Amino acid sequence: MSETVVTAPAVRRRGPASAAWSNARAVYIIWYRDVLRYSRERAQVVASLAQPLLYLIIFGTGLSSAIGGARFPGGANYQTFIYPGIIGMTILFTSIFGAMSVVWDREFGFLKEVLVAPIDRAAVAIGKTLGGATRAMIQGLLLLVLAPIIGVALSVGSILGIVVLAFILAFALSALGVALAARMRSMQGFQVVMNFLMLPMFFLSGALFPLSGLPDWMTILTRLDPATYGMDALRRVALGSAADPLGVSLFGQIVPIWLEALILIAFGLVMLALAVRSFQVRD
Amino acid sequence: MDQQVAIAAEGLVKKFGEIEAVKGIDLSVRTGEIFGFLGPNGAGKSTTINILCTLMKATAGNAAVAGVDVERDPAGVRSRIGLVFQDPSLDQQLTARENLEFHAFMYNVPAAVRAQRIAEVLEMVDLADRANSIVMTFSGGMRRRLEIARGILHTPTVLFLDEPTIGLDPQTRRHIWSYLEALRDREKITIFMTTHYMDEAEYCDRIAIIDHGSIVGLGTPDELKATVGGDVVTITTADNQAAALELSERFQLAPMVDNGTLRVEVDDGAGFVPRLVRELSVSVESVAFRRPSLDDVFLKLTGRAIREEEASPKDMLRMMGRAWGGRRR
Repeated sequence: MSETVVTAPAVRRRGPASAAWSNARAVYIIWYRDVLRYSRERAQVVASLAQPLLYLIIFGTGLSSAIGGARFPGGANYQTFIYPGIIGMTILFTSIFGAMSVVWDREFGFLKEVLVAPIDRAAVAIGKTLGGATRAMIQGLLLLVLAPIIGVALSVGSILGIVVLAFILAFALSALGVALAARMRSMQGFQVVMNFLMLPMFFLSGALFPLSGLPDWMTILTRLDPATYGMDALRRVALGSAADPLGVSLFGQIVPIWLEALILIAFGLVMLALAVRSFQVRD
Repeated sequence: MDQQVAIAAEGLVKKFGEIEAVKGIDLSVRTGEIFGFLGPNGAGKSTTINILCTLMKATAGNAAVAGVDVERDPAGVRSRIGLVFQDPSLDQQLTARENLEFHAFMYNVPAAVRAQRIAEVLEMVDLADRANSIVMTFSGGMRRRLEIARGILHTPTVLFLDEPTIGLDPQTRRHIWSYLEALRDREKITIFMTTHYMDEAEYCDRIAIIDHGSIVGLGTPDELKATVGGDVVTITTADNQAAALELSERFQLAPMVDNGTLRVEVDDGAGFVPRLVRELSVSVESVAFRRPSLDDVFLKLTGRAIREEEASPKDMLRMMGRAWGGRRR
């Protein structure tokens, strides 16, 4: 054992002025940890692409043939139509699954250690949401490499738009996931979240079929699903303005893409506020 | 605030709904002491430690750790304490060094001393050569040592350890203790730990025995053992009930029936055993005497041996974790 002993205090005690800076650092470190872990999960990253590929190739080809190769307004075939939806689905599933890890991590993982550190709990909720959003966004964007195979022509502009929208959607859904996970005390709730929230959100989002001409009850449900606006915006940016007639309408008007982005951001911020509050409660 | 007092608590009460988990605990832990909090699962140990570490709010009472009030300045307390939890709290996908770096970052250890301090604590727990290994590859004992290293990284005044050796084999447990004792001597730190292993409590300078949310005994291990009396004699006979009656009437002793054996406390075991065999009318099948252990203290103070608790939802989650996570020994 070494005989050197550090006598100087190794901790700088915080004054109020540096508290904000300290919390910003905490957000960064919690985000960075998620990204670092993600970068080491290459095998899992590749494996998790299997599900979207099954949807695109098997489900897409199958249903495309079943409907006799019918085309959507703008000339998209079924496979092309669901392609942006499958990117959105990947973001949805990765966001919610990622956030559920909070339940475990809080009791038996690194998050437990984070929660006792001298940092604001708000920083934990924000860092966790941003970390999850980054992972989900990258996971979704990986599917862009399939664009030439599916037959979607992307431009620099549309790629940029997709990146921004993918992040906004991932942020909103990660915030939702973290807000839910913050209130869960066991993994039992996970099945409930999956079957009664994540899958309905996916099916109602219009990832797999256009959201026009539906029965009223379903039209209402689809408009209440925040994922709807993400899927729609991704599709309209990816497929170009030709796909605009497919756009989601509210009160008889097609919702502009910028408004869809705003709806998602607002939803995400509300969820993040709820997550922050849940994290700040001490038993 | 007295500089010689590292932890002070007065009348701590914690209620969960109708259930009173902690019923008015008073504590005073001296600076530089290894203080053991001993009791069965569910006695209120973890609840008390959680209040002192600002993870829970007390229903009533007040407490100060390192001179800082836990209610008024939780962040101040957190920056001055180190914590090692009962459950693992390392990131298994990161290396040992990365785990420590994240900790140093969150606790504002200045960048200038960060690397040196990390090297130092790794050295202290004999993990310097594994600094860049992923934690997933570590044994349970190595993980515990890394958690202890992390707990002291930011030079806290008080180190809290909640069941630090749970689930570890006896040899590893002894190792962990030698690290903790070396640590106390080198870093001048106060150590507050909970355990339900009676043999471990022997390492502590002072022990508080807690049962059903109250402290029922407090003192050095020797002081506590002295309360039991000279020797503990355990007897099995052909008829324990008749023997118990005779022991209390003729020998003026207070026998306790425990698992088919009779226990009595006597001043002089060596002199008592021959007399017992000679004079007891019931035939004696076996008899043994020994110096009292902390188990005897516990039995005397609470009227029963240390017991196991029923599985809570958290225990079930814990078991799932062991099944998945595997390698923790």
